Order: sequence, then C-alpha cells, then structure tokens
Amino acid sequence: MASTTASTKGTSSRLAGLTESRGWLSAWFMLPAAALLLVFLTYPLGLGVWLGFTDARIGRPGIFIGLENYEYLWDDSVFWLSVFNTLLYTTVASILKFVLGLWLALILNENLPLKSFFRAIVLLPWVVPTVLSAIAFWWIFDSQFSIISWALIEMGIIDQRINFLGDPTNARASVIAANVWRGIPFVAITLLAGLQTIPQSLYEAATLDGAGRWQLFRYVTLPLLTPIIAITMTFSVLFTFTDFQLIYVLTRGGPVNATHLMATLSFQRGISGGQLGEGAAIAVAMIPFLLSAILFSYFGLQRRKWQQGGGD
Amino acid sequence: MAVTETRKTSLGPKGGDDGGMGYLQSLPRRVVTVYLPLLIFVFVLLFPFYWMAVTSVKPNEQMTNFNDYSPFWVIGPTLEHFRYLLFDTSYPGWLWNTILISAGSTFLSLLAAVFAAYAIERLRFSGSRQVGLAIFLAYLVPPSILFIPLSVMVFRLGLYDTPFALILTYPTFLVPFCTWLLMGYFRSIPFELEECALIDGASRWQILTKIILPLSVPGLISAGIFAFTLSWNEFIYALTFIQSSENKTVPVGVLTELVRSDVYEWGALMAGALIGSLPVVILYSFFVEHYVSSMTGAVKE
Repeated sequence: MASTTASTKGTSSRLAGLTESRGWLSAWFMLPAAALLLVFLTYPLGLGVWLGFTDARIGRPGIFIGLENYEYLWDDSVFWLSVFNTLLYTTVASILKFVLGLWLALILNENLPLKSFFRAIVLLPWVVPTVLSAIAFWWIFDSQFSIISWALIEMGIIDQRINFLGDPTNARASVIAANVWRGIPFVAITLLAGLQTIPQSLYEAATLDGAGRWQLFRYVTLPLLTPIIAITMTFSVLFTFTDFQLIYVLTRGGPVNATHLMATLSFQRGISGGQLGEGAAIAVAMIPFLLSAILFSYFGLQRRKWQQGGGD
Repeated sequence: MAVTETRKTSLGPKGGDDGGMGYLQSLPRRVVTVYLPLLIFVFVLLFPFYWMAVTSVKPNEQMTNFNDYSPFWVIGPTLEHFRYLLFDTSYPGWLWNTILISAGSTFLSLLAAVFAAYAIERLRFSGSRQVGLAIFLAYLVPPSILFIPLSVMVFRLGLYDTPFALILTYPTFLVPFCTWLLMGYFRSIPFELEECALIDGASRWQILTKIILPLSVPGLISAGIFAFTLSWNEFIYALTFIQSSENKTVPVGVLTELVRSDVYEWGALMAGALIGSLPVVILYSFFVEHYVSSMTGAVKE
C-alpha cells in the first residue's frame, strides 16, 4: 500500500516536471492566499508587537517607549485580575465542555431513534451567531425578569431573585455557563465522529472477555479517542482563551472588572479608551499563553504517536 | 447465549456497527442512562432559542408581568416587534450589509484557498509541507490579538467604516480554514486521474478546472458554507472597523443600536436575534451533513 502510493507520487511528479515548471506555477497559485495572509495576518501580527512598544493613540502615531506599557501593566491590578479571570474562565469552561461534551457524544453514539435529527439540533447553539445567542442569555440572566429565577422561585427552591450578572461570583458563573452552552455542541460532535471510527468488534471482544461498561469506556473508548480529544480540546481552549463576544455582550467586564478577560480589557483600553499601544501590549501578553497551549498539545500528540509505534 | 444474541443483532437490519452495545441493556436502564440525559441536554441546548422566539412575539405588557401571564407561553402573539425592527430601524440595511460582506469575503477566500490548496497538495513544490503547516498555524491566530493593529491598518488604508474593511480582513481566518479543508478534500482525489490528463496533454490549469474542481464540489460547498457562517457570525472586527449605523452588520447593529440605556426593547432585541440567526440556520439545515463532516474532518486532519 505504502509502496504503491510512493511510486504513483514519483511518476506524477516526474510527469509534472516534464510538462511544466512547477516552481513558477506553484508561486502563481500560492500568490492570492499568500498575499492576503501576509498583508492582513503576518504584517498586523508584527505591527501589534511594535505597537506594544509605543505610546500610540487613536489619531496619533506613537513613538517608541520601550517596555513602558509592560511596566505599567505589571503594576496594574486590573490587568492581573484579567489574567486570572481568563485562566479561570478557560480552565473551568474547558473542563465542563469536555466532560459534558464527551457525555453527550457517548449518548449520541448509542442506537437512538431519530439519531441524525438529534445530531442536527444539538449543533444549533454552535451555528447561531454568538452575539445573538448571548443577547438571549442576557435576557435569561436579567436581574429582575430572569426566567431562571422565576422558575426556581415557583418551584420553591429559592426565595429571592438571583442577581446573575451583578454579583462578581454569579457573573463569572453565568458567563462560564453561557460559554459552556455554546461550546458543548462542537466538542460533542467532533468526539462523536471520533467515537464512530472505533471498530465495534473491539467492544464485542472486550465484552466477551468480561469487561463491564466502565471498563469498556476506560480501556477501549478513551485510549482510542485520545488523539481527537487532544485536538478538539486544543481548539476549544484557544477559542475560549481569546473569547471576546460573550463577555462584551453580557457584562462588558463588570461587575468591578470581575469578568474582564484579556481580550475585553485589550478592547476597552485600546479601542474604547484610545490607548492603542497599551491595548496592543495586553493582546501581545496573550501570545505566550496561546503558544504554550499549542506546544503542549503538539508535543503531547507527538509523544503519543511515538508511543504507538510511529507512523502517519 | 450472549454470543448467539450478538450474532443475531449484528445480522439484523440495523447492523451491529452502528449503535454501540445498547442491546445488552434493559429498557428501564436505557431510559435512565440514555434517554433522560439526552432529554435534559436537548432541553438546555434549545431552551434559549425557544425563549428567544417566545419573547419576540410577546406583547410588551406580558413581557414582564409573570404573575398574570405564564412566561413560558404567549397569549395573543404579536408581530409588532418584527414590524418595528423592519420598518423603524436600519435592520434591513444591516442584513443586506452582512449578506454582502459574508458573500464577498467567502468568494475571495474560496478563490485564494482553491489555488493554495491545489498547489500545496498536488503541485507539491519544495517547501509545500512547511507552507501547509504555516497555514494551519495561521488558523490558530485569534482575531482578538489582531484587531488593534488591523484597525490601525484599516484606518491608514482609508477603509475605515467601509464594507471593504471587513471583506479584506475576514479572509485572515477564512483562507487558512478553507485551505486546510480543501487540502484534505483534494488528497482524496486519486492521482491517476491527473496523470491520465497530463498524458493526454492537459495543462495544470485545465486539470484544475476540468477535473479537480468538478470532483470537489462537495468540498467546495462545505468550505463555502463554513466560510459564510463564520463571516456572518464575526463580531470583533465588525465592531472595531465600522462606525456609522448604516454600515453595521447584524450582530453589531443589534447590540449597539437596539439597546438603549434606560429601557431594553427585549421584544425587538429577540426578534433581531431571531432574524439574524435564521439565514445561517436555514443554510445549515440544508447542508447539515456537509457541515458536520467538514467540521469533524477539519479537526481530524
């Protein structure tokens, strides 16, 4: 199998080499994508790092001021609070998304009537624009007319309305809940796809060997699912860490900065406050976290492949 | 006993490879471990949409009066909020802007991605692997660290407050995604087809337009739907680069223009959220299989 693909590749490249100059053709083909990405992604990335070293404001190009922005942020308790919030938000939301998403994936992997229908509607929270569903949550979390408070009071579980977004702890819990609500479908559907690639015969063999349900999950499902879990959760962590929309809609970082994430603080200082340099510095401060998350998952995956005997 | 049962089930019409080992469980147990949790999941995941829909047709006097009217139901639904939205606000304009911007950036990104994916996957120029990896890494660069420098650029280029500011910046996340997706798709097309065409004297351009593209229509549809949905949902660039009310997109317009400081127009807000979600939901429902397979495929690659 491997040798046939290698030989077809060989012939095709030899043929291509005979007919056309591949180098030039490739360059032309890469041009549109490369131009778009270099101009609007690579350059701004560099510009962002540069802006972090300047005192640029809206309407005024800044001058180089070295590490002053970072020194200022180092002593800024709000910045450190936003770092803490971001880490808390990412950790708690990712764990919940993983556990609940995996659970939902396992349920959907059962032999259900209307399976494809359930799979389709479960994805809805992920398809709908985040800002628009966040507005629905804003109304659900309203301090006076929250439907959750009302239902709980009617059921006699609580006796006064919950101040969802006005109290620091509640506000954190509420935005995490909204984020988890939006993230579960993505995790569940990708893990479901992973579950469907596990051969049924493995489960049957394990059952014949006397494995119980927990053992089936622990020793068959989980090991075979690990690679896709790692990738899914990397994406999930990255998107949660850089989240902006939910917070901007629900709390704008309040109350008393309790839900400010680094992205929202960067927007508040950089765009609303006009301090482009400082905002860019906050954004740049996110990069080390993102890089370590990517590297962690990359090397985690590499090791696993190597353990399983290399290949692919 | 267990063995014969297994064999019987796997020979049955549904096949044994489809549904896990549910046949080993009794019905009451299945209700507790499968149906009940599923019901709760579906309820929680769908309730906000129900609440959105109910609120959008609720007359204002029922909106906050939970004592006289059950909040979960609506008596005498009204289209007043929709009328207000469509005739007294700039909402139709936002909708049009969003369609235009999403279609424009999707088209641009698909065009760039098709060529890039073909070059990386099929021309296999030297360094194509590295370029492929770079494109994947580009997808991991989040908009929340790019919006400040991009806003400076957009301003300098004179694109501030124009649709082009968004049409040109959305490809930063669309091109990597589409390229990655199409690379996977092109990989599944047999090399032999191209070789035959090369022997028959076809140029690379002819191969791309006459063989590869017609074969990858499903992949192009997936990438297109995804790109369209992603640009429809985009928020932070649209919030930063657009200022005037008539140039806003739906998500930004609903949030910044419909929310007044003192009284929240919940009915109109929910109607706006509902109409704004509808196009992507309709698109999604038509192509649900494409959507799911490309989402999972992109992650599995």
